[in-house]
Amino acid sequence: MSITKRCASPADAFKDLAAQGVIRDGMTVMVGGFGLCGIPEHLIIALRDTGLKGLTCISNNAGVDDWGLGLLLQTRQIRKMISSYVGENATFEKQFLSGELEVEFNPQGTLAERIRAGGAGIPAFYTATGVGTPVAAGKEIREFYRPADDTRHQNRTPAATAGTFEQMAPRVGPRAPDAPRRREYVLETGLYADLALVKAWRADEFGNLVYRKTARNFNPMMATAAAFVIAEVEEVVPTGTLDPDGIHTPGSYVDRLVRTVSEKRIEQRTVSKA
Amino acid sequence: MPLTRDQITRRAAAELRDGFIVNLGIGMPTLVANHIPPGMDVWLQSENGLLGIGPFPKDSEVDPDLINAGKQTITARAGASYFSSADSFAMIRGGHIDMCILGAMQVSQDGDIANWMIPGKMVKGMGGAMDLVAGVKKIVVTMEHNAKDGGAKVVRACSLPLTGQRCVTMLITDLCVMHMDPARQRFVLTEVAPGVTVDEVKAKTEAEIVVAPDVRPVAV
Repeated sequence: MSITKRCASPADAFKDLAAQGVIRDGMTVMVGGFGLCGIPEHLIIALRDTGLKGLTCISNNAGVDDWGLGLLLQTRQIRKMISSYVGENATFEKQFLSGELEVEFNPQGTLAERIRAGGAGIPAFYTATGVGTPVAAGKEIREFYRPADDTRHQNRTPAATAGTFEQMAPRVGPRAPDAPRRREYVLETGLYADLALVKAWRADEFGNLVYRKTARNFNPMMATAAAFVIAEVEEVVPTGTLDPDGIHTPGSYVDRLVRTVSEKRIEQRTVSKA
Repeated sequence: MPLTRDQITRRAAAELRDGFIVNLGIGMPTLVANHIPPGMDVWLQSENGLLGIGPFPKDSEVDPDLINAGKQTITARAGASYFSSADSFAMIRGGHIDMCILGAMQVSQDGDIANWMIPGKMVKGMGGAMDLVAGVKKIVVTMEHNAKDGGAKVVRACSLPLTGQRCVTMLITDLCVMHMDPARQRFVLTEVAPGVTVDEVKAKTEAEIVVAPDVRPVAV
């Protein structure tokens, strides 16, 4: 008898998780998607229906007023969002301005990398993104030599093409003209959640996942960065049917699977005039 | 006459080179795609995980799984590839993108950029802007030279919270074109809009700038 992680419905995918201590009030949940593209739309509704409160949601965006994570904002189940851009969402704006909702903005690449790092067991990493901005406030800054750096940054001598990123001792006094190029980097920490809800296109019974087009976005990293992972998919095929070379998320990362018919709302329907 | 948005983006498109990998910001920079010279092979990257953006779809081709960073439905050109957000920002932060064109609220004389928040107003977030200005090789800013109230946007130091430090390589406004001189750490005024004088640009610019010996009219 081979493994199947398939559940009968989105509600069934949450069955017994509270009793097992997997889900609880105040937990942190990652939710895949970019805008409304590639969001686990039925799992979000099922999460809402658990009635859990005080959630921290890690998701690039916060949905729209009546779809995606906007549904959990309407019911005030989210206490904090970790996102890069929240766009046009009146519910979000109202709760943020009244102080009900806490928001931590991360640069989008920093958010993606924090999730990737969390899933890979990497506690922290240095990045140039955000240095000199409010994002770096209170965080550790270190200088590194970067091989193959480009020449746009001022006061850089032509780049060496290979080598190691080397940590530089703190600089004392003005820079000598022939000194190695160095650049400031900010320390960012990895992210790991209690639960991740991801959306894929196809899965097999074991939970191997294949994403479709730009609906992939944050889903593959989130599938690696949580203690429990539920995947919402459009099609489930027998294990052994998917081409092993074409699998984006190995099945070992996925705990439960549910097949749904996605509504796939479009935020900005744009067509060519021709 | 100040340049129109169409002329600004046309001038920005003149910076493209055959084979370039380019990321276009939301808003005016998106229009640069309309001015890619015929026969030039430019690959547009979308930070939500696509290299090789094609034209907007016909009504029958609309696919909700295929959008750009502005959340508009798009198509993918032949040879395109899809990847995760982590891979996309590795491409951006790792220096694998040749040029990025984006808008700004303020640019400082040594190349700082502020374009994501105004204190006291609702903050929507920086999206991928901080990653782009930190990682892309050439950063071209397209914007109106002055605010609606006439206030300077090319300033000595940004009063708004920064998106990135000393990262702008080129500035194209409705009045002029300026290039960052890395040695002097100041912008050099090289082109003015037809009918606009160097003195007018200087009067409308708070930043300390260098005027090139051979200022030319912007070719539009």
